Amino acid sequence: MLTYIIRRTLYMLPLLLVVSLISFTLIKIMPGDFLTQARLNPQITEETLQQQIDRFGLDRPFIVQYWYWLKNIVTRGDFGMSFDTKMPVFKTLFMGNRLQWTIFIALSTLLLQYLFAIPIGIYSATHQYKPSDHIVTFFGFLGLSIPNFFFALVLLWLLVVVFHVGNFGLTVAGVMDMRYYGAPLTWGKIVNILWHMWPVWLVIGTSGMAGLIRLMRGNLLDTLSLPYVKTARAKGLREWVVVYKHAVRNAINPLVTILGLSLPNLVSGSIVTAIILNLPTVGLSYFAALQRQDENVIMAGLLFFSLFLLLGNLLADFLLAWVDPRIRYD
Amino acid sequence: MARLSRKKKKKQRQLEEQGYVSRSQGQMIWQAFRRHRVGNVGTIIVLLFLLVAIFAQFIGPYHFSTQFRKHSFSPPTTVHWRDDGSLSRPYVYATERTIDMATYQVSYVEDTSKKYYIRFFVSGGSEHRLLGFTSTLHLFAARADDGSEAELFVLGTDQLGRDMFTRCLVGSWVSLAVGPLVILISFPLGILLGGVSGYYGGGVDMFIQRACEVMLAIPALPILMAMGAALRGFGLSAMMVFFGVILALAIISWGGLARIIRGQVLAIREMDFVTAARAAGAHDLRIVLRHIIPNVTSYLVVAATLTIPNMMLTEAALSFLGYGIQEPMTSWGQLLNAATNVGSIELHPWILIPGAFIVVAVLAFNFMGDALRDAVDPYSIL
Repeated sequence: MLTYIIRRTLYMLPLLLVVSLISFTLIKIMPGDFLTQARLNPQITEETLQQQIDRFGLDRPFIVQYWYWLKNIVTRGDFGMSFDTKMPVFKTLFMGNRLQWTIFIALSTLLLQYLFAIPIGIYSATHQYKPSDHIVTFFGFLGLSIPNFFFALVLLWLLVVVFHVGNFGLTVAGVMDMRYYGAPLTWGKIVNILWHMWPVWLVIGTSGMAGLIRLMRGNLLDTLSLPYVKTARAKGLREWVVVYKHAVRNAINPLVTILGLSLPNLVSGSIVTAIILNLPTVGLSYFAALQRQDENVIMAGLLFFSLFLLLGNLLADFLLAWVDPRIRYD
Repeated sequence: MARLSRKKKKKQRQLEEQGYVSRSQGQMIWQAFRRHRVGNVGTIIVLLFLLVAIFAQFIGPYHFSTQFRKHSFSPPTTVHWRDDGSLSRPYVYATERTIDMATYQVSYVEDTSKKYYIRFFVSGGSEHRLLGFTSTLHLFAARADDGSEAELFVLGTDQLGRDMFTRCLVGSWVSLAVGPLVILISFPLGILLGGVSGYYGGGVDMFIQRACEVMLAIPALPILMAMGAALRGFGLSAMMVFFGVILALAIISWGGLARIIRGQVLAIREMDFVTAARAAGAHDLRIVLRHIIPNVTSYLVVAATLTIPNMMLTEAALSFLGYGIQEPMTSWGQLLNAATNVGSIELHPWILIPGAFIVVAVLAFNFMGDALRDAVDPYSIL
C-alpha cells in the first residue's frame, strides 16, 4: 500500500511538468508580454527590470526561458514577480488567506453536498417512480442546468434588489462584512460568515448535486435487488434495518471514491461564482491576473489548479483502495 | 429509428397475428424512450429551440444589431389588452424616454394618443434571409391603422438600444451550435485515439494513454479562460474567435472520451465475435468499423447528447466572463456579459432574461440525454 501511494504521488511530477510546459507555451503565445508592459510602467525601476530579465532569461529564446522559469521554481520555489502587484507571485495568488478560503469553500461545499445528496438519493431509491422521486430528480437536474454565474446573479438580484437586505444592514458580496476582516473570531463573526456563505453553498453545491443523487439512487437500487437483501427481508428484519444496515453500507462506496474527483471540480467551478460574489479565492486572483495579462501569476495559477486536480485524483485512488479491499496495488 | 419499410411492417403484422411479438432493437429503444415522459418533453423543447434558431430573424421583429438610439435600456414594452374596460385586440403605445432632472432616473413614458395594434406576418421590416430568400417578412410588428410603426421590445433593449428578444433568438444559434461543433471535432479525435489505443495496445497505447492523462490533468475552465484571453489578444474577427473557442473546447474535452472508448474496445476486442471475424480473415479496419464501433454507438449517442448541454454551460460561462464569443456575434452567455454588476441589474432587470434561455435549453438537453441513456442502457457510465 505504501509503495502504491509513493508511486502514485511521484507520478504527479511528470504530469505537472507537461502541464507547466503547456501553460508556459500558451502564455508566451499570447500577444503582449511582461517586458513590454513593464517598460511602460514608471513604477518599475530599470534595475528591477534587469534583475527579472537576468533571472528569467527574458531576452533568450523560448525554450531557454522555459528552462529558467522551471529552474527558479524547482530550486528556489520562485515563480517570479507579479507585474500587477509588484509582489512575488505566490503572495499575489494567495493574498489575504485566499488559499485557505478556497479550500474552506471547496471542502464545506463538498460536505454539504454529501450531507444532502446521500439522504435524498436514499429517499429517491426507496420511493422509486413515486411522484416524490420525480420531483427530487427534477430539482437535481434543475441545479445541474442553471449556470453557476446566472444562479449567483439571480440570487444577488433577489437579495439586494427584491428583498433589500441592505435595509437590515446586511451585505451579500464577500465572505464577511468589511468590519469583520482581521477581527478576532466571535459569534457575531461566525454568524456573519454563515450569512455570506449560504448563497455560495447554494450556487456551487447545487451544480454537482444531481450527479451525486443519481449515483446514490442507482447504486442503492442495484444493491436492493441483490440476494442478500432478500435474505435480510426474509429473516423478517425491519425495513429500515434492511435499507440502512445492509444496502446503504455497500451502495455508498462509489460515492466515497468520487469525493476526490469532485473536489477539484468545486475549486475550478467556484471561479465564476467567486468573481460575481467577490469571494477571496485563488480563482479571483487568477481572473484578475488574466485581465491584466499578469503572465507569471497566470502560469502559477494554472499550475495551482492542475495540482489541485491531480491531488483530487490521487485522493480518489486512495479512497477507492481504502473502501474496496479487492483493489490491487501493483 | 422506428421507421420500418412497408414490407417489414407487413411481415411483422403477420407474425403478430400468429401470436409472436418481435421488436427490433431500434423499436425497443424507441418504446423505452417514449416511456420517459420528461425526456419527451425535453426533446420537444430541443426541437422547438432548433426551429426558433433557424427562423430567428423572422420571429424577431428587428435585425439583431439594429440600434434604437433613443431606446437605450428600454424595459419590455407593455402590451395592452383592454380598451375602455372592454377586451380589445392587443396593442401597444409608442414610448418616449424622459429623464427626471432631480434624480437623473431614466424612464419611458407611453404616448397614449395613438394605438399600435400587433399584427402578424407583416412585411416591410428589416431584411433577412429566410429559407434561401431575402425577405422583409416578420412574424409580428406593432402598427397603427395609418401604417406608422411603434417599437415593440418583447424583452426590452440593451444599452445600445438593441432588441433583446431578437438578440436572444439569434444568440440561440451560437449557443446551440457550440455543442454539436465541438462534438464534430472532439468525438472523431477521441474515438480514433481511444480505438487505436485499445485495439493495438503496446507502445501506441502507452503513448496515447499518457497523452490522455495530461489532458485530464489540465484544469478545464482556467485553461479555457487563458485560451480565450489569448484569442482576444490577437484581435481576430468574431467568427474566428468563435471557431477558436470551439477548437479550444474540443481540444480539452477529447481525453475523457478516448479513455472510455479505449476501455470499451479493450473489452469488445476479446469477445468471441471479434475472434470469429479475425479467424474469417477480416482485416483490422473492417473489424474496427463493422464489429467494434457498432457496439459503442449507443454509448456515443448518449455521450453526445450529454456533451451538448455541458458545452453550452461552459461556453456561456466563458462568454459571460468575456473570454468566449465576441461582438458582433452573440450568444446567451455573451448577452449576460452586460449583467456583470448589481447596479445595472437593479436598474434594468430584464438583461438577466437570456439566462432563462440557457436554463431551459440545458435542462431540455439534459432530460433528452437522460431519456436516451435509460432507453439504450449503455454500459452504465457516470
